[in-house]
Amino acid sequence: MKENIFPAIRITLVCLLFFSGLYSLINLGAAQLASNNGKGDTIIQNGKTYFTNVGQQFTDDRYFYSRPSAVAYNAAGAGGSNKGPSNAGYLKTIRDRLDTFMVHNPGVNKSDIPSDLITASGSGLDPHISVQAANVQVKRIAKIRGIAKENIQQLILSHTEMPLLGLFGTERINVLKLNIALDKLN
Amino acid sequence: MNTEIFGIILMYATVLLIAIPFGSYIGKVFNNDKTWPDMVFNPLDNLFYKLGGINPGKDMNWKQHLLALLTINIVWFIISMFVLTNMSWLPLNPDNNPSMSGDLAFNTAVSFVTNTNLQHYSGESGLSYFGQLILMLWQFISAGCGIAIAAVVFFAMKENSIDRLGNFYRLFVRSCTRILFPVALVVALLLVFNGTPMTFEGKQTITSLQGDTVQVSRGPVAAFVAIKQLGTNGGGFFGPNSAHPLENPSYVTNIIETVSIFLIPIAMIFALGYILKRQKFAWIIFGVMTIGFLLLLIPTVINELGGNPAIARMGIAQPLGSMEGKEVRFGPAASAYWSINTTVTSNGSVNAMHDSLTPLSGMNALLGMMVNCFYGGVGVGFLNFYIFIILAVFISGLMVGRTPEFLGKKIEAREMKIAMIIALLHPLLILAGTAIASHIYANDPKTYAGWLNNPGYHGFSEMLYEFTSSSANNGSGFEGLGDNTPFWNIACGIVMLLARYLPIIGPVAIAGSLASKKYIPESAGTLKTDTVTFGILVFAVIAIVAALSFFPALALGPIAEYFSLY
Repeated sequence: MKENIFPAIRITLVCLLFFSGLYSLINLGAAQLASNNGKGDTIIQNGKTYFTNVGQQFTDDRYFYSRPSAVAYNAAGAGGSNKGPSNAGYLKTIRDRLDTFMVHNPGVNKSDIPSDLITASGSGLDPHISVQAANVQVKRIAKIRGIAKENIQQLILSHTEMPLLGLFGTERINVLKLNIALDKLN
Repeated sequence: MNTEIFGIILMYATVLLIAIPFGSYIGKVFNNDKTWPDMVFNPLDNLFYKLGGINPGKDMNWKQHLLALLTINIVWFIISMFVLTNMSWLPLNPDNNPSMSGDLAFNTAVSFVTNTNLQHYSGESGLSYFGQLILMLWQFISAGCGIAIAAVVFFAMKENSIDRLGNFYRLFVRSCTRILFPVALVVALLLVFNGTPMTFEGKQTITSLQGDTVQVSRGPVAAFVAIKQLGTNGGGFFGPNSAHPLENPSYVTNIIETVSIFLIPIAMIFALGYILKRQKFAWIIFGVMTIGFLLLLIPTVINELGGNPAIARMGIAQPLGSMEGKEVRFGPAASAYWSINTTVTSNGSVNAMHDSLTPLSGMNALLGMMVNCFYGGVGVGFLNFYIFIILAVFISGLMVGRTPEFLGKKIEAREMKIAMIIALLHPLLILAGTAIASHIYANDPKTYAGWLNNPGYHGFSEMLYEFTSSSANNGSGFEGLGDNTPFWNIACGIVMLLARYLPIIGPVAIAGSLASKKYIPESAGTLKTDTVTFGILVFAVIAIVAALSFFPALALGPIAEYFSLY
């Protein structure tokens, strides 16, 4: 024991300096060359700063809704609902969300509503929705804003992020970017 | 949907392409063979030895190795406890987060020192940046510890190794500086330039487009995430781990982080082949592990893409699949892939909430941890597999009626006793823990209402998952469980301790005991371990032990839930 304890303490301190210290500093130095100095990617719009990758709550009918969130898009305490698939209380919440959506979007077919619009994401901060989730909201937004549907559909098309190299992953839309562009249309 | 499957294939192909040559590199590092980065690392390592007061040339026997390992782990535990309970006044705390309570600090300290990274706190509010940096240190060196001790077992498996099993500190330092550090640095830099924050500034308050005021937590995320993924640690910087858009901002970062989970566990198999000069044996082990992995992966991907039948009955579309707890930028296939990657390797990071997985996916995640050796944790994954090899050798010896031998060494009663104890320890810890928790809950569901986030079968699964994750040193969770209570903190802490050190001590003792035996040259009667037949036998042993131990518990949880839902 004795012959091990001092090397153990000393080598731990060396590791502390190297792995917690130097390794972090190298990364911190490199981050000064990255976008926004490694403080998180941002969009600056009308003098206001938004984080590109951190989703925002959109419940106003004038905007494309973002996904439901278990933490109301609180980015200082992110999290998911952690509800199991068979939980009766959870399934009631889903049904309520569906009904609310139908009330705010009259004339929409239930079978056109994709599940990402009524389920909460893992982080509660999902910045994206699926393309179908955007399309199903066009009618509502066109009516409230008095814009032609075609213009909004065009906007969705130009904001669709394709899979990596067209081959890998999902199609998706950053809701914040889409809504900023939507505000510019008026 | 096809693009999601292509994404999975891309991730697995990438990891194989890197892991196979990287395995030879690891073998060279252990053997002290020349490698091209030597000119950087030789002086660096010498500095470590000098400042650490270590004589790297001093060979140790297996007992000395274990003593060195346990001593240094105790030192880490004490430092952790001090830092975690004093964060509030220590430096680097811009968000003024509080210190941890005693039981939570105990759980967290054990969790990170044992390479588990079970988290009963959320990083945003539960740790200062200083606390994060200390935990990041354990992410490096607890992984380095596991790699070093696996190397000791590799050496012991060589012919005529006897007591020449290397120097623990030397193996440990080389594992950290030459294996973990360079890869972690590359991954961290890739993350930094792909939108993962790396800053010591605190929260930023913003007003959203709609007009809400929210705060956004940040921190030195990129550095932390890289080593968390590589060292099969898994403890996230933020509460939701790699589901968080700052921890894993895009599909590209998701590929990088997913590949990092498997890289070292797979490379270790090929390092073994290099050291023993038995490449075919390595490929058989790889084959067994890969088949096990695929058997868990494929149904999970199908289930997650299929969606939740209860939601389908409401008449809406599920074009992506089951989306509760998942992120649109990854999609259910990539999340299903990650969930099996992370559970078979004892990593424990997540990019989707496992509590919301469909029942059979949740079961496969549990099974990955129950078996705990399909690739397995860095270093220790092979130690778990080694136990199953010993069992398979013994059973096949009995079948043909001769004394079982493994790599020219006789396996006798002493080794078998140790192997059986270790093989049964894991089910004992999981099942006894879950039984005690279920008993406490069922006796007084009102008092303990805060424990379970879901009723019925799924609630039972939450408790089963927590103990399985602790005992597998995994660290993922059915996070709905209200686990920051003295019972869960202390019970899981004890399970993590036993499940880390006994499965290290056992295999090292077996390997050390075998190494000291007389070498019997191969003859016509020798059991060949580098054949497909032997591979099948090992697989059968793993499957039988897992099925006999865990089927009843799984039937009460995920299987019952499946039949209530479909």
